Amino acid sequence: MKSLINRLTEQFKVSLEKQTKSDLCFIRVNKDDAEQLIRHCRDHESYTHLSFLTAIDRIEDNKFTLTYLLHNYQSHQSLGVHVELDRENPVMHSLHRLWGQMATYQRELKEIYGIEFPGSPRLNDEFFLEGWDQIPPMRKEFSTVEFCEERFPIREGRQSTDAKQTMKVEIYPGRGE
Amino acid sequence: MPSISQQPHKFDPPLEPDLTSGKYVKIWHGPQHPGITGNMSLELTICGDEVAHCKTHVGYLHRGFEKLMERRTFIQNFPVVCRIAVPEPAFNEYLYAAAIEEIAEIEVPELAQWLRVLNLELMRLASYLMWLGGSSGSFGMTTVYQWTVTHRDYILDLFEEMTGARIYHMYITPGGVRAKLPEGFKGRVLKVMQGVEKLLYEVEKVVFNNHVFKLRSQGLGIISKDMIDEYGIVGPNQRACGFERDLRKDQPYLVYDQLDFEVVTETESDAYTRAWVRYQEMHQSVSMIRQVLDKMPEGGSFHADLPNVLHWNVPAGETYVKAECTRGEYGYYMVTDGSEYLQRIHIRGPSYTHAVSVMEKLAVGINIADVAGLMVSLHTYPPEIER
Amino acid sequence: MKNEDNTFANNGLLPEEMDLFCNARPVPYEPYSIEVVEKFFNWMRANSLWIMAFGTGCGAIELNPLMTSRFDANRYGIQVRPTPRQSSVFVIGGYSSVKTLKRIIRSYEQMQGPKFVLALGICTINGGMYWDSYNTIKRLDHYIPVDVYITGCMPRPEALLSGFFELKRKIKAGECDGANRYVKNLDWYKDNQKRVIKKWDMPDYNW
Repeated sequence: MKSLINRLTEQFKVSLEKQTKSDLCFIRVNKDDAEQLIRHCRDHESYTHLSFLTAIDRIEDNKFTLTYLLHNYQSHQSLGVHVELDRENPVMHSLHRLWGQMATYQRELKEIYGIEFPGSPRLNDEFFLEGWDQIPPMRKEFSTVEFCEERFPIREGRQSTDAKQTMKVEIYPGRGE
Repeated sequence: MPSISQQPHKFDPPLEPDLTSGKYVKIWHGPQHPGITGNMSLELTICGDEVAHCKTHVGYLHRGFEKLMERRTFIQNFPVVCRIAVPEPAFNEYLYAAAIEEIAEIEVPELAQWLRVLNLELMRLASYLMWLGGSSGSFGMTTVYQWTVTHRDYILDLFEEMTGARIYHMYITPGGVRAKLPEGFKGRVLKVMQGVEKLLYEVEKVVFNNHVFKLRSQGLGIISKDMIDEYGIVGPNQRACGFERDLRKDQPYLVYDQLDFEVVTETESDAYTRAWVRYQEMHQSVSMIRQVLDKMPEGGSFHADLPNVLHWNVPAGETYVKAECTRGEYGYYMVTDGSEYLQRIHIRGPSYTHAVSVMEKLAVGINIADVAGLMVSLHTYPPEIER
Repeated sequence: MKNEDNTFANNGLLPEEMDLFCNARPVPYEPYSIEVVEKFFNWMRANSLWIMAFGTGCGAIELNPLMTSRFDANRYGIQVRPTPRQSSVFVIGGYSSVKTLKRIIRSYEQMQGPKFVLALGICTINGGMYWDSYNTIKRLDHYIPVDVYITGCMPRPEALLSGFFELKRKIKAGECDGANRYVKNLDWYKDNQKRVIKKWDMPDYNW
């Protein structure tokens, strides 16, 4: 994987984030270079399989991180490409012409995170949700418990206990941490 | 940034037929339809009885697992994950446990690894039996469905003895497994395996040599070699196209490197071949279960020592673990930030591509009566698409 | 939502679709005036329970063993029918997301009476595992009437069978008035339904 990173660093502005195991490493690239880098990896480094595309909500840094995970079937190595987006106005170039399933992933991210991919086909069609009238649900500031209390009445008599307390007081009394 | 050219591209969605021309009819195949796998729907535009355009609609089973798991502690998540893919919960349990073990650097005892393989292979066999029933059922052979679902039930009985539950076992915990094998369990597994093998030979006679099944499934839904990587097709769908790729062989996890098996490949890549590949993998599973029972160590610990799971801060990290389930690469992408909660988890189900983009492409041009057969031949499970 | 002549306004429909759908209100079922005949009817109803083939959630997985040769529910007159028009029992298989709830309501209203609802799984009772999920409803009986609940996650096929027997007992005793409750309290049910289903693009009652 080292040599791949070296080759990529020569051509693109990438930085190695971390190598978690021998066959998986994550690199960071800037938003405008992402398409070229991913296309290069697909066409010349035989990272031909897109495992998934997803987003991470880093609310503390005010950023979304997109993760494109590519896989090389010859060397059995995976390469994660991180792209950071601004959280206020998340727009990413649409890569739907690189893989056939990319448009589906982008449609999902638009719905559950509100990330825009201009030009992606059927982007605004509903995917998981129907008639959703709140902020996109996977964003960290969306509280699913508060939403449930407001929207869905629940049956009385539901009890919940604090697991830590129950363990400490009822199941193992007198035992320390 | 190069501008995206305006010419039509092979990945652009096909144009929708003009409904006002009077040549086309739009019908919905699902969600309330006996010929659909699970709860999803296809919006078909047909011309005569030929499908002219197909759109997949998913989300009927969306529960927001990824959100729910972000607000539960690591050990609270463990009973939740198995509910993600209903017919095949064990793979979720294994992958969730494996992801945590990798980030927290927990060593799993050897006996636990063997027990996990036993659990996963029994699960694979149960899931394939269910699929075999659905597959032959959708081509009109409902008797086979009766046989296979019953034999799946015998495997569920084994699960009940092994784990305490029929469907949602919650057996593979982070750090190991929950229990040892009961007394005399091996003998009962071998007995069920004998029954399954006998059933499989009968199924071969009745289904795979059946002229009607051959006529309907041969040449149906051919996946070309180019499509495999372009659409991210994995698992038996890919192996039926001649690619020798199996995660159990390529990147062995658990103790699969100590088991003796060959990757099954075929080249025709139509519905019949995909079914045939799965059929052979069922035999393979039976043989693997026998090997596991043979080679499994007798004693030893089945669970690693964990910190107090109620105050468990898994260290910060990021990983992607995957396993070969019946449909192909099933993966968990986990990001932790050192707190008691997950930062993000993403579940990559193989049906995600198979049921949406691949199905939309393959359905065009086939007969409407074969849509159900095509869906089953891709082996899609809706709950893992929408999670 | 009501017009002056006590028909539905069907506000969810487009203007050009208005004529395509019926806007009449359903009426409750009146039992036959002779008690013995009504009892005979109930006995017949209880012995031909036809399930609609709509696997709304994960509970559908245990219907497969139930309907096949091991547990063989066919011997009790229970069988699966492909369309709502032919079926009399709606088995809600566990949690239902908001998107599915819309289809459940639509299919339930299209079923012809007498019709019964069997809710299986803890998630139909109070949300169960998904009590904090933003996309699943917590109490099914706020949206459609439920005759029998079967709890558990998953309920075993034996539990399903005993649920069916309970349903049979209730039908024979003439206690299964779910469909009538639905018709009599239709406005309450419709209010609840429209509170969660924001995209209401179907008629108010699906005949």
